[in-house]
Amino acid sequence: MLTFLLRRLLTMLLTALCLTFVVFFLTNLSPNLEKVAKSEAGSRITDAEVASWLEKNGYARPMLVRYGEWIGLAPGWRRDEAGVISGRCIARGTDPAAAPRFCGVIQGYWGQSTVFKEPVAGIVATRLGLTGILMFWVMAVMVPSALLIGMLAGMREGSRLDRSLSTVSIASTATPEYVSGVIFIALFASSMTGLKWFKGTATSAMDTITFENFFLPVMTIAVYGIGYIARMTRASMAEVMTAQYIRTARLKGVAFGQVVMRHALRNALIAPFTVIMLQFPWLLNGVVIVETLFNYKGFGWTLVQAAGNNDIQLLLGCSVVAVVVVLVTQLISDVGYVFLNPRIRIS
Amino acid sequence: MQDLGWGAITLSVLKQFLPVWLALALTFAASIRYRRRLGLYGKLFDSAIGMTGFALVMLWVFTALFADLIATHDVLSQISQMKNKLPGTMQPDGAGWYLLGGDHLGRDVFSRMIAGSRVVIQIAPMATLFAFMVGITLGLPAGYFGGRLDTALSFLANLVLAFPVILLFYLLVTPEIVETGLPQYMAVVLFLFPLIFLTVLLNARYYVMPARRNLILALVIVIGGWAYLALVSDPGTRVALLPAALDPLRVPGNILIVFVSVVFVNAPTVFRIVRGLTLDIKTRDYVAAAQTRGERPWYIMLWEILPNARGPLIVDFCLRIGYTTILLGTLGFFGLGLSPESPDWGSTINAGRKLLTIAPHPAIVPALALMSLVLGLNLLADGLREESLRD
Repeated sequence: MLTFLLRRLLTMLLTALCLTFVVFFLTNLSPNLEKVAKSEAGSRITDAEVASWLEKNGYARPMLVRYGEWIGLAPGWRRDEAGVISGRCIARGTDPAAAPRFCGVIQGYWGQSTVFKEPVAGIVATRLGLTGILMFWVMAVMVPSALLIGMLAGMREGSRLDRSLSTVSIASTATPEYVSGVIFIALFASSMTGLKWFKGTATSAMDTITFENFFLPVMTIAVYGIGYIARMTRASMAEVMTAQYIRTARLKGVAFGQVVMRHALRNALIAPFTVIMLQFPWLLNGVVIVETLFNYKGFGWTLVQAAGNNDIQLLLGCSVVAVVVVLVTQLISDVGYVFLNPRIRIS
Repeated sequence: MQDLGWGAITLSVLKQFLPVWLALALTFAASIRYRRRLGLYGKLFDSAIGMTGFALVMLWVFTALFADLIATHDVLSQISQMKNKLPGTMQPDGAGWYLLGGDHLGRDVFSRMIAGSRVVIQIAPMATLFAFMVGITLGLPAGYFGGRLDTALSFLANLVLAFPVILLFYLLVTPEIVETGLPQYMAVVLFLFPLIFLTVLLNARYYVMPARRNLILALVIVIGGWAYLALVSDPGTRVALLPAALDPLRVPGNILIVFVSVVFVNAPTVFRIVRGLTLDIKTRDYVAAAQTRGERPWYIMLWEILPNARGPLIVDFCLRIGYTTILLGTLGFFGLGLSPESPDWGSTINAGRKLLTIAPHPAIVPALALMSLVLGLNLLADGLREESLRD
């Protein structure tokens, strides 16, 4: 078990390094840097001025070295210009001698956002908090309803209940967030139907969450996920229901409800656990769409802003968080599966 | 003449779809008549779910085919008085109606939705096919040989899979990155796989008949290679491999980029599926028999293992076209890749969502269209799975 964990962690670390390097590489390609130089030093500067700006700000060095500096494994650059020492780790107006040698993601230095004019670490933390609330409610709605649908459908395979619930879950997997969101807003928040039960934006939910402003975004994400989890639960439930011990329980006279609740359910929930954990990366996708659609300024919204405005540091920060979230959930799902299913032994 | 009511709108829309209804009726009549001779396809018509799914999918395929007959207006022509007008509003000159209303620029929502189906039907199945070629060409040897090759390829696949899709799109499909030619280089690599796949497939089959094999392979490489070069190269960009005179396939640059990014996102999942199936099938007796006969590895992979993995692959193919459609919509929704004027469903939803609370119809119409197509593909996959499990 320990070697398994260790190997997984090492692979994870390697994956994270590779992925962040890819993002770093793509955001630091020369046209992007040129754009940064033009937005910082004036849009009408010549090519030579762009080159000298990049040189002065430490961009004109090999990609790998700069990646090392950004991640915090290589010492930050320093530049001595007529006695004035500037450098990556030296904030303007501080003593160069007191500045640390390394400053990167590992040391907690995430850079400065050019769009929001604030440190990236702070932005990411607050936005992530907002998205965390959204995710929590999505999970709270999605998981129980999906498990319930899957359980009811898989309980008696082929019955009318199974058929109709399965069709519902297929329909829900065919409804991506931008479709369900648009339909929900048109039905419940527009002047077309005149219902106006809920609000079409979730901007006010950033201060106080009410049923009125938060129900639609939560439902929009949940609908797309419910179908998939429900189908997995149904398959696993249907398989368990054909097992020998279920037949034995039925034959010795246990009521059907008891069989489902006490014998089948626990064993049927092992497979969906993995699926639910692996839903997190998908939720990330949904979060970006829904936060854009409902104007809820969370992590997904920030990512879109960073990417749309060529805010390199913020985009890098966001991608680090996204990659870590994906990898950690993968790890939890693997480890949790081993814990839940005693039949699996990792050698 | 006056504005139409909901009943009249429904009737007119149904009337516009007349060629589609005819084609659907013909397809269904012929298929049901000869279903016993049509194998898995014929069996589809035994299940209500499969039939519903097939009907929905074919509805959109025929719509894309007959788009010019169905559409009532030009996709880009704007009538300023028709901005955000409700469905069934008459044109100011009295020449016709906007059946499903006008959008924020005064264009006909109905015609744009019809034209949008063409974009999806052109890109989604093709992109999925390419993703399958990549996934199969890499997944078969990874599963069959195992070892270092498997470790390396699986690591790469997991790398792409761990990448949040939207972030990837934002990084790949921005003008700055396009300027560096990166998506085109990716196209150079990814589009090579169908060619490799076909060559290896035919080489393995006709290896014992050298004369025939040489002829077939020469044909494939010349025609396929030319198509490959024509597809990849675009005069005036970084990858201009072919002179313009020999380049009849002018794929608009942004469509190529969208295509490449969708293939890139889908291929690793296909790889994982194919690898898993190969690991399972390679322990079967007929593979052992082929090995004992002395067949070469690629023959066993392509002509023994692959045909026996076709069931799950066909089902996944249907599901994946649906997923690709959703991805295309996502790209359009964020205004990435395709031009903002493009009538594809994602871009139209994106344009319509800003006025959603006042005039929802410009966004609702393409949203429902996209949903029905994906639903059709999912139902079709479900029907196919049920029917292929039955025997």
